[in-house]
Amino acid sequence: MNAREQWVALGTIVRREVMRILRIWGQTLMPPAITMTLYFLIFGTLIGSRIGTLHGYTYMQYITPGLVMMSVITNSYGNITSSFFGAKFGRYVEEMLVSPMPPLVILGGYVLGAVLRGLLVGAIVLGLSLFFTHLTVVNPWVTASSVLLASVVFSLAGFINAVYARKFDDIALVPTFVLTPLTYLGGVFYSVDQLPAPWRGISHANPILYMVSAFRDGMLGAGDIALGPAYAVMLGLMLVLGWVAITLLKRGVGLRS
Amino acid sequence: MTSAPALDIRDLRKTYPNGVEALKGISLTVEAGDLFALLGPNGAGKSTLIGILASLVNASGGEARVFGVPVDARRSEAMALIGLVPQELNLNQFERPLDICINQAGFYGIPRRIASERAEKYLRELKLWDKAEHSARMLSGGMKRRLMIARAMMNEPRLLILDEPTAGVDIEIRRSMWQFVQGINRAGTTVILTTHYLEEAENLCRNIAIIDHGRIVEHTTMRALLAKLDVETFVLDLAAHCPDALPAPEGIALRRIDEHTVEAELPRGRDLNGLFATLSAAGIAVRSMRTKSNRLEELFVRLTAPGKEAA
Repeated sequence: MNAREQWVALGTIVRREVMRILRIWGQTLMPPAITMTLYFLIFGTLIGSRIGTLHGYTYMQYITPGLVMMSVITNSYGNITSSFFGAKFGRYVEEMLVSPMPPLVILGGYVLGAVLRGLLVGAIVLGLSLFFTHLTVVNPWVTASSVLLASVVFSLAGFINAVYARKFDDIALVPTFVLTPLTYLGGVFYSVDQLPAPWRGISHANPILYMVSAFRDGMLGAGDIALGPAYAVMLGLMLVLGWVAITLLKRGVGLRS
Repeated sequence: MTSAPALDIRDLRKTYPNGVEALKGISLTVEAGDLFALLGPNGAGKSTLIGILASLVNASGGEARVFGVPVDARRSEAMALIGLVPQELNLNQFERPLDICINQAGFYGIPRRIASERAEKYLRELKLWDKAEHSARMLSGGMKRRLMIARAMMNEPRLLILDEPTAGVDIEIRRSMWQFVQGINRAGTTVILTTHYLEEAENLCRNIAIIDHGRIVEHTTMRALLAKLDVETFVLDLAAHCPDALPAPEGIALRRIDEHTVEAELPRGRDLNGLFATLSAAGIAVRSMRTKSNRLEELFVRLTAPGKEAA
């Protein structure tokens, strides 16, 4: 395939992914909007009003970047696992496997689709937060790049999960037992500076902490981690997971006999 | 490149991780423009072979070339030449047939405008255009099979592989699918067909390979294969009721099929005078006679009989 044909193929996958997201909007876009509205109401308005300020911001303002990032991460991950595993389960992944598309185009198409859903949900959640609080963006570049990187990282992780998954339970295990705990313990609802000594150090092993911190730094200028290490972790994870995903796809793990 | 065979397989092997040896060194050539039948009982290795050609199965050894292009070493180039209609349904049931076809073309890098034109062309030819904007899950089994053929045609392949395309399809639709396949073959597309309907292979295909226990047990022209049949079966329509007890002429097996029909199996080349003399002496009048179809079935059963391990 020449470069132009590869662009057409990539666009086809992305378009199909976007159509799927919009076709089942009740499953893809509505649930995070409702869940995050409840978070804003309960943690931000009802409980948050009694907490005071964190790093000079109201609790509602402080948790908003974390909740946006949480939505982006879970939706990017969820989109690619359900879509790619669904294609495997229904065997229509073969439509792509028998085509001349190189593995990188297949991976790129699915990751782009997942990133688009993550960012779309993130934008919806950010929009909803404006009904509850006032927000500023201190550094747009840091804000945009950190959310994009986090979305790519978890799209790649979701793709690897989908490649290995053999039944629908397998794509539910990681979000339930790994992703959700890491997200809740990743500084979405608190600053790690508030944690006692051993837990503060342990928190630094959680990659989501770096993502939430960088995004919050971009929006509020109040991150827990310096931007250098945060970007190093995000870029490092992206490269490692990207390499694993493309290797699995090239070898046909879980896809070819 | 144009003189290269459509398919050239050399010593192709596949052993699955569980130790099952699905292909034991298959060599096979299909010439460009052929309409080729690949037959074999269930589990013979047909789908494994097709899976390797479509890059869905990794070969353990040997080589397959499509129009001279090695499938393993130049996968992308080879895949652009192939269209596959798999045995099992593999459609996204939530998409519309039109989108399924357009997307498939997109996976081959075909621009959307051309893809839309082709989708309409093939959906119309396969009598699915009126269902183009329905959800695929609303289609009948036969329609889904035809949709898979339309989808496989989107890259206008030089080699179309049909893995039991008419399984579970009623005779009317099967015939319309045969016409379509013959039409694209006449237009220059090489077709490899696997089927369980042996008369389908006999009527459609010029050349044939029979695969059994992971080996090719026969690879010849349909005509040469049928010529190997050393017995012929005739169906006799009787003028009156068939008696319960049939005569037993020497070397001829007579079987009562129903009240007005008898089958006679006799060695190829033997004259029929003796048969008619015996029937006449028994007071049985024959109104008409025809050669029994499904001759291929008899050969197939012989070649793949249980316990007959291929050489």
